[in-house]
Amino acid sequence: MIKLTINGEPKSFDVPSDMPLLWVLRDVLGMTGTKFGCGIAQCGACTVHVEGKPVRSCMLPVGAVHDRPVTTIEGIGASPAGAKIQKAWLDLEVIQCGYCQSGQIMSAAALLASTPNPDDSDIDAAMAGNICRCGTYVRIRAAIKHAASQRQS
Amino acid sequence: MTTAEKISGHISRRHVLTGSLAGGFLLAFHLPLRATNEPVQPPDVTEGKFAPNAFIRIDTAGKTTLIMPQVEMGQGTYTSIPMILAEELDADFSQVMLEHAPPSDKIYGNPMFGIQATGNSNSVRAWWTPLRTTAASARAMLVQAAAKQWQVDPSSCTTASSEVIHAASGRRLSYGALALAASSEVPPKNVPLKDPKDFVLIGKPLKRLDTPDKVNGKVIYGIDAMLPGMKFATLARCPVFGGKVAKVDDSAARKILGVQKIVVLDDLVAVVGDHMWAAKKGLEALVIDWDEGPNARINSKDIWQDLRAASEKDGAVAKTRGDIAKGLATGEKFEASYELPFLAHATMEPVNATVHLKPDSLEIWTGTQVMTRVQSEAAKAAGLPVDKVIVNQHLLGGGFGRKLEPDMVVAAVRIAKQVDGPVKVLWTREEDMQHDVYRPAYRDTIAASLSGGKIVGWKYRVSGSSVMARWFPPGFQKGVDIDGVDSAIDMPYEIPNFHVEFQRVEPPAVPTGFWRGVGPNNNVFAIECFMDELARKAGKDPIAFRRDMLTTQPRFLAAIDLVAEKSNWGQPLPPRVGRGICVQPSFASFIATVVEAEVDEQGEVRLRRITSAVDTGIAVNPDTVRAQLEGGLIFGLTAALYGEITIDKGRVQQSNFNDYRMLRINQTPKIDIHVMKSGEAPGGIGETGAAAGPPALRNAIYAATGVALRRLPIDRALIAGGKKA
Repeated sequence: MIKLTINGEPKSFDVPSDMPLLWVLRDVLGMTGTKFGCGIAQCGACTVHVEGKPVRSCMLPVGAVHDRPVTTIEGIGASPAGAKIQKAWLDLEVIQCGYCQSGQIMSAAALLASTPNPDDSDIDAAMAGNICRCGTYVRIRAAIKHAASQRQS
Repeated sequence: MTTAEKISGHISRRHVLTGSLAGGFLLAFHLPLRATNEPVQPPDVTEGKFAPNAFIRIDTAGKTTLIMPQVEMGQGTYTSIPMILAEELDADFSQVMLEHAPPSDKIYGNPMFGIQATGNSNSVRAWWTPLRTTAASARAMLVQAAAKQWQVDPSSCTTASSEVIHAASGRRLSYGALALAASSEVPPKNVPLKDPKDFVLIGKPLKRLDTPDKVNGKVIYGIDAMLPGMKFATLARCPVFGGKVAKVDDSAARKILGVQKIVVLDDLVAVVGDHMWAAKKGLEALVIDWDEGPNARINSKDIWQDLRAASEKDGAVAKTRGDIAKGLATGEKFEASYELPFLAHATMEPVNATVHLKPDSLEIWTGTQVMTRVQSEAAKAAGLPVDKVIVNQHLLGGGFGRKLEPDMVVAAVRIAKQVDGPVKVLWTREEDMQHDVYRPAYRDTIAASLSGGKIVGWKYRVSGSSVMARWFPPGFQKGVDIDGVDSAIDMPYEIPNFHVEFQRVEPPAVPTGFWRGVGPNNNVFAIECFMDELARKAGKDPIAFRRDMLTTQPRFLAAIDLVAEKSNWGQPLPPRVGRGICVQPSFASFIATVVEAEVDEQGEVRLRRITSAVDTGIAVNPDTVRAQLEGGLIFGLTAALYGEITIDKGRVQQSNFNDYRMLRINQTPKIDIHVMKSGEAPGGIGETGAAAGPPALRNAIYAATGVALRRLPIDRALIAGGKKA
């Protein structure tokens, strides 16, 4: 039995320890907000936070998480940075198909939490691992800056 | 039974979830994930509602539900179509709710295609007049009902924000209060439409209705469908196109925890498990001997050799005017050919379908661009009548033409024949990329003659696969694929002697399909690249050269002049930096784009800036128009810089985003889209950027290096430092 804390809630389930966190979230826990994109950590669609750091859940064995707290797109709005990013995404109408945006928002929320006023190179470094096939990059960049400019609520 | 009642018979099969969302908008989508945990909703009958047509439902509480005939795959149609309906209905847009239409070509078929398909940038332009008329008629019935109650002349009443108003007496009635009475009104004939100057919604950058649940993980794509007792499957087809299964050793796979079943069909093997991880590990553990069949020797080199040879022969004439022989014999003649590779779609949501096959029925959960085709093909695969197949449509995690095909649903149904209960069949990214329907490889040959600084003869031949011949046979007639010559037969330049041909050349075994930008993404590239080469031969600036042949095209001239101004066209640039222009007539929009790019000594290309001026007629939602251009340009530039599917030993050589690269945020420059005011009917927009980006970039590289690239993707070796044309 594996025990994890996900979005502040304790979860336990019986799966192989080498099973990537992505499939535990999606197929075992039914938390489908985290997306499958490539399976090889090339696209970032599966990004979640482990102890606040963005990680690609498609390559992270669930057994390697241990007692570190996991945050997913379903829970990121509870953090100040996450809420600001979500609001900025809607204010600037970043999203098109939206499939990659769970991962984009998770990467952006982690960036904003660690770097409250990111410049272009910070944004490039934090976000280059997230592919958007709809090509929303110019708005992602603008929305991160917009979120950074908002006062803490 | 009225038409509307018949439709609600379909709708009643679907459960609807209502939620309050940020920004005050309300949406109702069919969300199977949560629906499974909820009691079955009562059938959505039209009784007790105002249901004047297939698109509008108003209940007595005033809840206005709009039914969406086109699918949402990111292009914003679930905002622009509601804006069109709500505008003429004068509905309170903040209270509008949406439903996916059920499959019906007759009722929800795209007026341009005649079938229920979303593609070719056709949603707004095809539905513009029909939906305005439909909504205006419904509005008139509400007015008639109110006028009757008040015993006043209907023409003395106005409407706004879901109310009928009689200003003279100060009386008002909400649409909800009028719903029942309006139902018995007769729709008026020749209902007048609003004067565009009276629009209150159309033309405003309203917030999208589909995005609030896309920031919090709540949105349910087809891949997210979850049903009680559902199993998870993934599949492998023969890596060689058309190959079959010879033998499967599943002894190791069966030992993997969570593997439930191995399904072996003639052309594919699937592993069914408790979750995707078990299915995937199970698939990896299978030892499959494939009968590779006759295609195991196919390779890109031979395909290109055949295509090049065929492209030198006469094709079927798509359009001709003037005297092409005389035209080409006048002045100085130039020739060139351009080559575009096979491309994969690579939607971010990998191909998938969830199906539940029972002895007498089939239910499908997926996001598709072709609802009715999915329904009929699935019925065929299941051996069931079409009316026993329910298709639950979802928002799409990208479409780009991939989901104009029903193959993923058909495969899921075939697998489901050996599975009890619902099964989600999800393809790995590798399977998605290696068993796509590919944007055809094309070769375009052009001969043109210049006299007096203008083109006097133009002979253009498209050679490549005809997607229409397979997908929509009426679109392939007398040897001409109407999509294959789109933007070539209607190129805007004034050329007296003009001739366009299509040469159908099918690649062996490689399946081909529509890809964002469709025909124009090939033709606009070849035409606009050659325009720049001819401009140089004529000794003219690329924009001046084009302008001189667009004297009767005011919409193009305005777009070109605006983009020239906004992009600083003609201003000095550093060495190895260039600007390139693309002018395109595609999808009834008038667009001019300038890309500014730098080529370094190693031949690496850096995008510096992109500027577009777009006259798309009335921009229903100008922010969506901007977003589609921004994203479409990135889509096209990704292909120009990286995109190529190659074949060796009958197999696709690329497999995932590591070897089929995508443009990323750190490579994306500033993009300025200027949406021009227009009173003309709306044009298409979703595909346009994909066609505009590649030629504009290639022409920027031409300006920066003097090298006239004639093939995509861009070959860095040809433009590295010191190379000259």
